[in-house]
Amino acid sequence: MEISAIENSYLKHGTKYKGILGWLTSTDHKRIGLMYMYAIMIFFLVGGLLGGLMRLELFRPGQDYITAQTYNAVFTVHGVIMIFLVVIPGLAAVFGNILMPIMIGARDVAFPKLNLFSFYIYIFGAILAISSQFLGKGAPDTGWTFYAPYSTDTNTNVVAAVLAAFVLGFSSILTGLNFIVTIHRMRAPGMTWFKMPLFPWSLYATAWIQLLATPIVGITLLMIIAERWFKIGFFDPNLGGDPILFQHLFWIYSHPAVYIMILPAMGVITEIIPTFSQKRVFGYKAIVFSSVAIAAVGYLVWGHHMYTAGMSVTARWFFSLLTFIVAVPSAIKVFNWISTMYKGSINLQPPFFFTMAFIFNFMIGGLTGLVLGSLATDIHVHDTAFVVAHFHYIIFGGMGFAFLAAIHYWFPKIYGRMYNNKLANTSCALIFGGFTLLYFPQFIIGLQGMPRRYFDYLPKYEWGQVFSFFGAIVLGIGILIMLINLFKSARKGKIASSNPWGGKTLEWTIASPPTVENFEEIPIITEGPYEYK
Amino acid sequence: MENSITHTEHRDDTASKMGMWLFIFTELLLFGGLFIVYSVYRSKYTADFHVAANQLNTFIGTVNTVILLVSSMTVAMSVTALRTGNKGLTLKLLATTIFFAFLFLVNKYFEWGLKFEHHLYPGSELMLTLKRGELLFFGLYFFMTGLHALHIIVGMILLIVIYRKIQTGRITKDDNVLLENGGLYWHLVDLIWIFLFPLLYLIS
Repeated sequence: MEISAIENSYLKHGTKYKGILGWLTSTDHKRIGLMYMYAIMIFFLVGGLLGGLMRLELFRPGQDYITAQTYNAVFTVHGVIMIFLVVIPGLAAVFGNILMPIMIGARDVAFPKLNLFSFYIYIFGAILAISSQFLGKGAPDTGWTFYAPYSTDTNTNVVAAVLAAFVLGFSSILTGLNFIVTIHRMRAPGMTWFKMPLFPWSLYATAWIQLLATPIVGITLLMIIAERWFKIGFFDPNLGGDPILFQHLFWIYSHPAVYIMILPAMGVITEIIPTFSQKRVFGYKAIVFSSVAIAAVGYLVWGHHMYTAGMSVTARWFFSLLTFIVAVPSAIKVFNWISTMYKGSINLQPPFFFTMAFIFNFMIGGLTGLVLGSLATDIHVHDTAFVVAHFHYIIFGGMGFAFLAAIHYWFPKIYGRMYNNKLANTSCALIFGGFTLLYFPQFIIGLQGMPRRYFDYLPKYEWGQVFSFFGAIVLGIGILIMLINLFKSARKGKIASSNPWGGKTLEWTIASPPTVENFEEIPIITEGPYEYK
Repeated sequence: MENSITHTEHRDDTASKMGMWLFIFTELLLFGGLFIVYSVYRSKYTADFHVAANQLNTFIGTVNTVILLVSSMTVAMSVTALRTGNKGLTLKLLATTIFFAFLFLVNKYFEWGLKFEHHLYPGSELMLTLKRGELLFFGLYFFMTGLHALHIIVGMILLIVIYRKIQTGRITKDDNVLLENGGLYWHLVDLIWIFLFPLLYLIS
């Protein structure tokens, strides 16, 4: 009988087309989400391999395997792929698409065709990004930040990469727009705003950032292109322009972009903890308001990337203060997660282990963020490996681990099958151990003065780079084991029940995997989403 | 599978309009970035901006402003006409709007053409001999009006598609949200011009 659940699900039924075409033309939010997931996984592996290449080069001081110019290109491509292709769409486009409509009791998003269109824009942007590496006069070497005036001067293929970021931004805007309208218009009857689960809430806050911040970077990137083609001089001091202005415009988007990455991650964690503690989430409204507060205040802290770039003391003071303020709602969430676990009946399953790793990494990443947000200490660690370690702790240790937690949490719902628990736990341990070994030493050598984006270094930093290299290998093995486990289980795993973890949100009330229409009948909501007995 | 299940058609006009408003919001922010750059450089090079703005043809600018304002009116009237069920009038008003959009582009063509004749265009040698503030003004002028003209073209295509859909009866009195959204977009294009015009042409 349960095999038939898979036979009747969205995995087998789609559009009038069969096979791969049935996926590529599908406007089903679940299929689109899965397509995003496979695309993102591929780009993640490419970006990860480039990261590994950097670690290999840094294993010993001096030039070993690649030239300085190649190294510059590698870290640029690594950044562009990981930021624009992996982490920004990551959770929202994958799990937001697959689960948000189900969690609010809808049959699809508000604009299903637009949703598919966003996916194709994403793929188009991805092709542009990848092609920038091979076409023209060499891969871009500006770093993913495209700082002017270098980005307007260098002979490498910056235009394609910048255009890619612009196109991907457009895709991100349309997804955000779709989600906002969906959440406003399509919640099941009885689901008031404060009866909505917290993952959709975090997506809602994220969608607003996507909408409000992305256009600014869009226009900035267009200005870079115009400057390269027509010598307009917006950011070129020789022509009267101001390169600092570029940094402002760039970070007005790119700092909120960090919250585009981390807010849905926090949402995922907030779903997992009540399920595996079998307890109502602690401080529902505090979590809601902290999401909104992070979105609002996070929009106003961009200047903390530019303390050393030349800003007035007043501006620096102001940005530092706001940076400390934005840490408060983040901390509120951590307290809420811990309090939810308190006196709960904890069920130690792989998603929960990933969640624990998330909280641990996120705290280190968050607190080192305050070191960087303080005016005085930032002068010391600015542009060092300390910064590299900090944002990898947030982006990979935070968002990345939340992604893995999400995949292990919703895997039985998405595929209707279960993975091997033991392998999942092993991969979790390896990924966490490898991650720590890879990035923690970077904090220390960063404090000692190891600059970021350098392909050579003094011998005194060698120990840290060696540790990092072996960490990268352990991490890679962990990811490989995890992928093997998931791919095998998606095809041949044990059949999962519709609610294997005892979750309370709507996605657990329907079949695993869901049918095309999600719900036979739209449910009527009478109580909050986490009413555990 | 033969018995493939298709999605039930779901229609929600309020959602469609909401989506359009949000999209318009992002368009405003896109130009917002340019307005920031404009205000930064204008405050830095006030005198140069005034000198450079003298070079712009205020007459053509004014004519184009009137054209866009009238076209905004005709598109709004076409929405009302469709609501009252007058398909013929709707099509006429829409065609007028599209014609005005075309007229705007023709004017823009001559305006830009004149600048090019005087070797005033981004990247020209004459431009590089200008004062820095004037150079930035013309850079902004071409960039902002160019991006705006691109929006005119997009808006025009959108209105032509809508025109066809009304003709073939896919947009009707009762299902007119697409026309309304097209009208909204056209108002946005108009609105941006209302800001561009004084900031570029009238500051001298």
